[in-house]
Amino acid sequence: MIIKTKKLISSSEITPPEIFQERRKFIRMLGLTMVGANIPSAFASEDKISLANIFRNTALDNSLKSTPAELVQNYTNYYEFTFNKDDSTKLAQSMVIDPWSVEISGEVEKPQVYHLEDILSKQTLEERIYRFRCVEGWSMVVPWVGFSLSNLLKIAQPLSTAQFVKFTTIQQPETMPNQRDKKMLEFPYVEGLRIDEAMHPLTLLAVGMYGETLPKQNGAPLRLVVPWKYGFKSIKAIVKIELLKKPPLTTWNKSAPQEYGFYANVNPSVPHPRWSQNSERLLGSGFFTPRRQTELFNGYGEQIASLYQDMDLRHFF
Amino acid sequence: MNGLIKSLLALTPVFCSLPLLFLGFDIASDNLGANPIQALHIRLGDWSLRFLCITLAITPIQAITRWRGMTECRQLFGLYTFFYASLHVLVYLFVDHNFMWSLIITDIIESPYIWLGVLAYIIVFLLGLTSSKFAMKTLGKNWKKLHRWIYLASVASVIHYFWQLKGNLTEPLVYAIIIVLLLSFRLLAS
Repeated sequence: MIIKTKKLISSSEITPPEIFQERRKFIRMLGLTMVGANIPSAFASEDKISLANIFRNTALDNSLKSTPAELVQNYTNYYEFTFNKDDSTKLAQSMVIDPWSVEISGEVEKPQVYHLEDILSKQTLEERIYRFRCVEGWSMVVPWVGFSLSNLLKIAQPLSTAQFVKFTTIQQPETMPNQRDKKMLEFPYVEGLRIDEAMHPLTLLAVGMYGETLPKQNGAPLRLVVPWKYGFKSIKAIVKIELLKKPPLTTWNKSAPQEYGFYANVNPSVPHPRWSQNSERLLGSGFFTPRRQTELFNGYGEQIASLYQDMDLRHFF
Repeated sequence: MNGLIKSLLALTPVFCSLPLLFLGFDIASDNLGANPIQALHIRLGDWSLRFLCITLAITPIQAITRWRGMTECRQLFGLYTFFYASLHVLVYLFVDHNFMWSLIITDIIESPYIWLGVLAYIIVFLLGLTSSKFAMKTLGKNWKKLHRWIYLASVASVIHYFWQLKGNLTEPLVYAIIIVLLLSFRLLAS
């Protein structure tokens, strides 16, 4: 994959020994023993991702310091369960995520339902440390484990008519109280990207974070991560990916179109109608530490700004 | 009985300070969750709104019970409203922004819900400044006029609360109902 960064690292520097070292580090960290390189499933043990398949993507800015995992695990918006960011940790544990399959359909050559194991067996998992900025004005830095969405889409072979991608969260009212009671939002949760956004190498499908499988409240077993957009775009627990000719109507956009646009790119100079987006509270930063100045495209402009050339970002917010 | 009530009333400042004490414990024991600054900020906002409701409730309670023993408490509750609201504002300015005025000014300009918070605080501030008996005498008839602005402050605070939320609206709704009830009582009584 080719990702331009501020500190450009030549491809020769991304060498197998370094990857090997990283793997060793992870394995040591988790107290695992080295496992064979060709395991059929990436889920070798029940709760831990087989780290033999992970390498750290050294083409990204690694100076980012990850937010303590405990904070990331206990501050999640999961409206299917609750409107309270502290309660989702406990409530989400009732979710049933095994077995899991993902339907890929619409404008593709090969529409199919894939078992998650089969998807993962064809992917090399990477660790990517991304900034994550919520539309509510807080942010964190998360070491995700996953693979580029484009790698999966290519397997289904998108047709030239595919202009947009629609993602749908699982409908599981028996474990999700607000789906059952039809509270506030229309469920199942739907998100969408333009095809070029979806095919961009930064756009990640995550199955883990902090070197382990995703906790349920953080979107297990499979979630989207689009680091230059507000967090609500990064849909959790995906069961369906449809390639479409037209933009899908996304959940928050439908709920409050004047407040949440389809693009939802992080942009400090386009305020939410009710609050500023100029700064953010980085989780883990202490008392009397000022809020962080929010960056255009959450700091990923160098890689993705070209996607929005000649677009009025105030209009397409 | 009267003696008991009187000694209970004497303890009011202790009760009014308890929220601050609990907050201090939660800060010391790191019990404010993943976003402690916001939690602190919100809790102080909650307590200023609660004390505002208590302050507004005194007159209706006295009218219903035909008991005048709480007039002095009203001033005290009003001052605690001012106290918690001031801490709420200070946490915003200092703890969350460390007085970085460029961030603060942009934030206030671009966040309409904060405008109402600012309005409510200016009113509460003025009422706090003029709460003494001396100010009451000096201002004469104008004192009552000025202190009626508390109703505007209460409405502004509740909208300030409502307007910033994305999800659950139950809690501000509770305050809205209380304030509508207290307001309508005053309007009907006058």
